[in-house]
Amino acid sequence: MFLLRRDLLLALRNRAEYAMPLLFFVLVITMFPLALGASPELLARIAPGIIWVAALLAAMLSLDSIFRSDFDDGSLEQILLSAHPVAVLVLAKVCAHWLVTGLPLLLVAPLLAEMLGMPGAAQATLLLTILLGTPILSLIGAIGVALTVGLRKGGIILSLLVLPLYVPVLIFAASATENAATGFDPSAQIYMLLAFLFLATSLSPWATAAALRMSVS
Amino acid sequence: MFLWFHKLGSPPHFYRIAGKWLPWLNWAFMILLLAGLYGGLILAPPDYQQGESYRIIFIHVPAAWMSLFIYVVMAVCGAVIIVWRMKLAEVVLISSAPIGASFTFLALITGSLWGKPMWGTYWVWDARLTSELILLFLYLGVIGLHNAIEDRRTAARAVAILALVGVVNIPIIHYSVEWWHSLHQGPTVTKFDKPSIHWSMLLPLLLMALAFQVYYVLALFHRCRAELLRRERNSKWVEEL
Repeated sequence: MFLLRRDLLLALRNRAEYAMPLLFFVLVITMFPLALGASPELLARIAPGIIWVAALLAAMLSLDSIFRSDFDDGSLEQILLSAHPVAVLVLAKVCAHWLVTGLPLLLVAPLLAEMLGMPGAAQATLLLTILLGTPILSLIGAIGVALTVGLRKGGIILSLLVLPLYVPVLIFAASATENAATGFDPSAQIYMLLAFLFLATSLSPWATAAALRMSVS
Repeated sequence: MFLWFHKLGSPPHFYRIAGKWLPWLNWAFMILLLAGLYGGLILAPPDYQQGESYRIIFIHVPAAWMSLFIYVVMAVCGAVIIVWRMKLAEVVLISSAPIGASFTFLALITGSLWGKPMWGTYWVWDARLTSELILLFLYLGVIGLHNAIEDRRTAARAVAILALVGVVNIPIIHYSVEWWHSLHQGPTVTKFDKPSIHWSMLLPLLLMALAFQVYYVLALFHRCRAELLRRERNSKWVEEL
């Protein structure tokens, strides 16, 4: 709990750094109409895909900040040495990361969806998928960061490790939104996302903790 | 039994045993490969729908099977590394990754070569093709992570964790890709269904699968021996060789 507060406080102190992924998210989405032409039907059709791919990339970009600064100043070792189970502490850090990077996406997404001309019913589903999906991205990403945090050039390798694991989230989130946009019931995909979220919450902290021990030793 | 297992786990012992097995494996591989190819390319009749071009399955299907099998082997090694920190498992895990990646690549290439005359295109975003491609990325991730970490034992532990995470994810990825395909209602692809495959085709296929299996062990032993020498170059038994 204390760790969560500390991380949030740190994020608040250097807001500019944490606003970057959000800005990146908006910019990537802006590029698509410029590249593909601004015809409303086309944009409305591909909007769920665009928003989700952009969210994936933005999440990738911000992942490194979960453990990087703690690794550099040595507080990561203190966390590993503490009396609490490491997995719980990892979960707290991931929570903080999601609150700082995932939640803002949720706030900007309706605006972007409106700009891309998504129908109203789909927007609610989009928000729901972002709400369920981005924590999974943070949880899976934490494993990747924990594995690469000790490396000097971890960035490229991180994307190679993490992006294939993001595939299921992308598939179900985008198809749920598309279903809602075309008037079908998206609840099946939403339930799958929920299942992924529970699975990731229960398993990922252990793997992350093991990877951190490996990286720090 | 346990003693035998323990002995096999020691690098010098494994090095010697593997060296003794290599010629036998070589012969077994050659015989199986020739028998399988002969049965597949000459004896087996052409397919009534696909003509001669179906014969690529004698390479394609075993390669695809091996690509999955090797990942499972890697994950088992990963578990052994995490639990017992066995050096040999590290060597096997690292040495398996490039072989698995090449089998995956082979399966993709032969599949697309077969797809051109059959489907009229080299690549469709079919569920199996897509998940095989993602499997290739997972292999490349394992190789990349191992190359990025300098200390070999640390690298092996990192790769072990990654392999375990991957093996939990592979079924999820596979089924979600399959479902994605059915949701999108893509072009209906005539799948090669084989509920009633004739024995004259099945037998060469199984022979080829066995040949690939032996080839894997063969290549694995070669790579393991080289890796062991590299790791233990300062130890006494290597100097004595």
